[in-house]
Amino acid sequence: MALLETRKLTAFYRDFQALFGIDTRLEAGETVAIIGANGAGKSTYLKAITGLLGGEPESVWFDGKPIGALAPAEIMQLGISMVPEGRRLFPSMTVEENLLIGNYGRSVPGHWSIEAIFELFPRLRERRHQSSTTLSGGEQQMTAIGRALMSNPRVLLCDEISLGLAPIVIRDIYQALPRIKATGTSVMLVEQDIVQAMKVADRIYCFQEGRISLTGNPSALTREQIHVAYFGS
Amino acid sequence: MLAANFRIETATAASRTIALAGAGLVLVLVVLPLFVSRGLVQDMIFVFYMLALAQLWNLLAGHAGLVSVGQQAFVGLGGYLLFAFTVILGIDALAAIVLAGLVTGICAFPTALVVFRLRGAYFAIGTWVVAEVFRLLIAQWKQLGGGTGTSLPVSVTNEVAGIEWIKRVFDVRTAAARDMEIYWVALALAVGTVLAVYFILRSRRGLALAAIRDSELAAESVGVDSYRTKLWVFAVAAAATGMIGALIYLQKARISPDAAFTVIDWTAYVIFIVVIGGIGTIEGPIIGVIVFYLMQRYLADFGTWYLILLGGLAILVMLFAPRGICGYLSERYGISLFPTRRRLVSDKDSPGM
Amino acid sequence: MIGWIDTVIQGVLLGGLYALFAVGLSLIFGIMRLVNLAHGDLIVLAAFVILVISRALGLNIFVALVLAAPILFGIGYALQHFLLNRTLGRDILPPLLVTFGLSIIVQNGLLEAFSADSRRLDADALETASIALGGGLAVGVMPLMTLVSAVAVIFALNYLFYRLPLGRAFRATSDDPEIAQLMGVDNRRIFALAMGLAMVVTAIAALYLGTRATFDPSIGPARLLYAFEAVIIGGLGSLWGTLAGGVIIGLAQTIGAHINPEWQILAGHVAFLVVLVLRPRGLFPRAVD
Ligand SMILES: Nc1ncnc2c1ncn2[C@@H]1O[C@H](COP(=O)(O)OP(=O)(O)OP(=O)(O)O)[C@@H](O)[C@H]1O
Ligand SMILES: [Mg+2]
Repeated sequence: MALLETRKLTAFYRDFQALFGIDTRLEAGETVAIIGANGAGKSTYLKAITGLLGGEPESVWFDGKPIGALAPAEIMQLGISMVPEGRRLFPSMTVEENLLIGNYGRSVPGHWSIEAIFELFPRLRERRHQSSTTLSGGEQQMTAIGRALMSNPRVLLCDEISLGLAPIVIRDIYQALPRIKATGTSVMLVEQDIVQAMKVADRIYCFQEGRISLTGNPSALTREQIHVAYFGS
Repeated sequence: MLAANFRIETATAASRTIALAGAGLVLVLVVLPLFVSRGLVQDMIFVFYMLALAQLWNLLAGHAGLVSVGQQAFVGLGGYLLFAFTVILGIDALAAIVLAGLVTGICAFPTALVVFRLRGAYFAIGTWVVAEVFRLLIAQWKQLGGGTGTSLPVSVTNEVAGIEWIKRVFDVRTAAARDMEIYWVALALAVGTVLAVYFILRSRRGLALAAIRDSELAAESVGVDSYRTKLWVFAVAAAATGMIGALIYLQKARISPDAAFTVIDWTAYVIFIVVIGGIGTIEGPIIGVIVFYLMQRYLADFGTWYLILLGGLAILVMLFAPRGICGYLSERYGISLFPTRRRLVSDKDSPGM
Repeated sequence: MIGWIDTVIQGVLLGGLYALFAVGLSLIFGIMRLVNLAHGDLIVLAAFVILVISRALGLNIFVALVLAAPILFGIGYALQHFLLNRTLGRDILPPLLVTFGLSIIVQNGLLEAFSADSRRLDADALETASIALGGGLAVGVMPLMTLVSAVAVIFALNYLFYRLPLGRAFRATSDDPEIAQLMGVDNRRIFALAMGLAMVVTAIAALYLGTRATFDPSIGPARLLYAFEAVIIGGLGSLWGTLAGGVIIGLAQTIGAHINPEWQILAGHVAFLVVLVLRPRGLFPRAVD
């Protein structure tokens, strides 16, 4: 049984339907990438999983239980945490406080602690008492990832962690992924940077206008297939 | 589809019929005091001025996003100005009503200078502070009775221009003539306010207001000067509120700072009327004032319980039918008496939908 | 000269009371952007709760406060949970009008229950006790305790906000309610807790309100205005700013009253308006909003 599964997941913003029956699976220990053009529905998909949109109970399953209708705080407590699009650090808080709030709803024993985060991203240690608004984009992203890890989640959802960052910073951040995986966390990565996504993912889903247009193992997919799935034919 | 011609419509066929019916109703109201008891005439005066106040509050809160809980500032100011103009300066009461409105409107500018620095809910409390400042300042005005207030001399109330004429033509006593005259002025103010609000909302300024209400930032980016638009609406509403205040205290003929600046009578009741009837519509306050009048008439004797009931009802409506009776009706039956919303109509659509 | 020094001292101490009024309002606004128009009436309600407890059980008012605090916490929690949480959203009208309606209900409910008579909380010997400062100056023990309590309350709240996980959750919700949920924070529960907490502070304020002067059901709105003025003068977001705002209103009032007793309240309001014109964002605005 998959650790996290969506079944015929739909999502609406008022009258506008953003997702049309999405079926996805994430196995324990797996890293899956979601790719797709702007507006394809990737962020909507993650928000639906975390409960921010509120949906049908049976549309999302975690660990064999339907969680589609739970509140975001309850879903987080089960062990699904998210690095939101645009980082969304708490502006009134320091780096350290942003990390500390990460396990407010769920504190279970595990690899991740504030010390472990500082080891993963050493640049954060020296900035721990700095206001999060004064960080560089890369440091903000590291803090956002650290904040999501603090609760020792079983599934980590990442929404475009490379967005707006310089290639060298992206490399730093992506170097952290194997270490996160090594702690047993399954990762769902939304990414527009296809090359990055293909490198780390065990499997990809390509979204197009609220539907899955392609799925498979990165090494088995051709450029043409992806191009068509991404942009439409 | 692209070939179809588009028009912008605000009125519908049904609403034209209703406009005719409204004109008929106003005519009936004009002649009403000739046939009914003085008690009813006085009640109707109350209904008219509450309706006018409700329309103005609704213009501010429902359309301009200026939620004021300090409109009593302008009612009280208008009332006191009436006293000042008639008692101290010896001006005729009718002229004094107009003057009181003008001066109140002017006073709205320095008021706005201060309260416009506050946004949203803080604006609301800010207006309340200003009303308190007005009350406390006027309580220092010894010539008008200071903190205890004063009464209009009979010479003022009985010698309003036109009273003699009414006495002669309708063969009534002075007191009745005075009621009739105040009734007509109140009716004129109420109808005038309804029409003014209607035309403001249909004008370019009304469009600007709608834009500001939807998104102030977006409105400014397409060239709407939101500060000036709001200032203009605030001042117009203040001037009209001041005139109504002057009229109210011409009728009451006795004024005191505590009564003239009471938040319950001039703001809480007014908000109740708008909320019950339906915020953001013109027909809302009309329905609301009828409901309120009936409650006031039959339940006001219950005193505190009556007020608790009003507060409770307003909360329930706000929670469960936030668009009031009117919103409920228009959702249910699609009725809209005063269409201020613009609709893009293609010639292919059937009109009057 | 002595008269003026005394006026300033009294003003600062009075500011402590206004700061206590304001802290609850500031707390609620800071966390959930809710402006509670019933705040003043809730202060008066708290004073009546303390009065009833101390009368019924024959207790000292400070002991009565300890008993009243959990009751008021419960009232605040329930109010938020059952009523005010339903009004929160993008539109400012529902919370404003619902709390305005609540204000009228509380005020008239108290009037019905306790009549319009003036009441007082009896602090026994403390009421007249004072500390001589020399040179003919003295400060009353109760006014001094008011200011000290205000400072203590602000210290305690700041400790909560900046040191304890619950406080971080309050701040997270205030910063970004959507993301706070992803941290496992249940915003609605946080709001209810915050309102409960605000009511506890309100109870402390009510104790000093009731010992300082008489109160009756009608005085709530005026307290709301003082509290509001203190919050705005202080600049949203800082409780120390709120204290400073309270002191400014207190000073303006005592100085106004010193010049002409009829000007006390007016002077406070005018000071507020002047600050608003000169420093629209208050004296200590918060950097991020
Ligand atoms: N809050 C919202 N209200 C209305 N529509 C929305 C909202 N959020 C997203 N949408 C719409 O839903 C669709 C999917 O948006 P979503 O943010 O999920 O796309 P995305 O794949 O994450 O895009 P991007 O790569 O640009 O982040 C888009 O058409 C978008 O306009
Ligand atoms: Mg996205």
